[in-house]
Amino acid sequence: MSLRRTPLYDRHAAAGARFVEFGGWEMPVHYGDGIQAEHDAVRQRVGLFDVSHMGEIEIRGSGAVAAVDRLIANDLQAAEDGQAVYTPLCTPAGGIVDDLLVYRLAADHVFICCNASNREKDFAWIRDHLEGATAVDRGEDFAMLALQGRHAPAVLQPLTDLDLSALGRFRAVHAAVAGVPALVSRTGYTGEDGFELYVPADRAGAVWDALFAADPALRPIGLGARDTLRLEMKMCLYGQDIDETTTPLEAGLGWATKLAAGDFIGRDALLAQKAAGIPRRLVAFRLDGKAIARHGYPVVDAEGQPIGQVTSGTRSPTLGVPIGLAYVPTGQHAVGAPIRIQVRNRVESGVVVKPPFVRPGA
Amino acid sequence: MSIPNDLRYTPDHEWARLEDDGTVTVGITHHAQDALGDVVYVELPEVGAALEAGAQFGVVESVKTVSDLFAPCAGEVVAVNAHLEDAPETINAEPYGAGWLLKLKPDDAGALAALMDADAYRAHCEAEAH
Repeated sequence: MSLRRTPLYDRHAAAGARFVEFGGWEMPVHYGDGIQAEHDAVRQRVGLFDVSHMGEIEIRGSGAVAAVDRLIANDLQAAEDGQAVYTPLCTPAGGIVDDLLVYRLAADHVFICCNASNREKDFAWIRDHLEGATAVDRGEDFAMLALQGRHAPAVLQPLTDLDLSALGRFRAVHAAVAGVPALVSRTGYTGEDGFELYVPADRAGAVWDALFAADPALRPIGLGARDTLRLEMKMCLYGQDIDETTTPLEAGLGWATKLAAGDFIGRDALLAQKAAGIPRRLVAFRLDGKAIARHGYPVVDAEGQPIGQVTSGTRSPTLGVPIGLAYVPTGQHAVGAPIRIQVRNRVESGVVVKPPFVRPGA
Repeated sequence: MSIPNDLRYTPDHEWARLEDDGTVTVGITHHAQDALGDVVYVELPEVGAALEAGAQFGVVESVKTVSDLFAPCAGEVVAVNAHLEDAPETINAEPYGAGWLLKLKPDDAGALAALMDADAYRAHCEAEAH
């Protein structure tokens, strides 16, 4: 199967992008100066990501909000129009089909952003389980740009009549950006202030170019830094930290799982797991040495026996030390608890830490 | 892409140079460091270790990936680049110079003739890109 390309592919190539396969897409991993420089640009200033590989699903109908609310773990009924809600989408057994950003645009209009690799699966799942509304896969229609970093408002404001100072975190509104109709969302996957812009795919280039024209120092940022930025915030990556074999309670997504706010698919299983005791927890850790614990490396006990697994790991570009996420047995997940990880032929020691690893905007 | 003519190359993107004193200096190529990105950690063997040709002797880690290192020829490790412990990014900046990995006393210096020369390595990289 050939890889998909976003409408901005040629611009990435011209900017010196190195491409990798991700979720069936050929995406920039970095633009030649490396992940560290791009990571620092976002933490210290601002950067622009092409995340057009992300999927979009639009749901309309008089009962759209109530219909979606029965599918997702978070509480869309409690949200206001114009609010974005992060949520797991669960199987009846409580596993995670995907993690989503769900926009309540109006009582009869919901817009969902999902992971690229799950787009077809999610759309089929939602279509098959949705009652009282109609779902449309809009993934081909939209490009998505993420402008992230403390200077993001200053870069974006001259391109829109929308008063960005009035747009709060996790709020979204339709507005023109550089003359192009967009859904402007104050969200992101970096922990920094910033915006995600959903624009018509065939006009993405105009918005991309206008942002670079508005700030000649703006840097394009690849998926490599997107991963290190999200990991420093302990934001989950689907397929790596969470999947259909993990529950939101195990993954530390209880804050996005409203068990007391009405029924949803998977709720009974999650209530049962909570009552029986959550067997394992996704923890944030840092290691004492320099070796990096990567996805799939075993967490071991004092005798060297496997008791868990690393799901994500890198060297934190901000802190300069190895960090990661791992599932460990409940009881060994407290902040300050020691953790041992088998890295090739050695056991590296570290400690469970309180997330996020980095305080953004600091 | 820099591929010096005076070095020999392995399919795993390492280079080897026979020095005047009969030792062989080993590193990773410009192409390899470019593909890895920012190198943040290097794991090297102890001085005195005996390596078989093609044996894994260490790893080089970048932010995005970890890659095994393989001995280009059989020999005894006579030096490792201790500078990399505190400054692994030297591999990105000077892969053929200060970013060298280790020096071997080869069992048979003639074994380097079996490795690729610069032209063959360039063709190898181009073939891999397709």
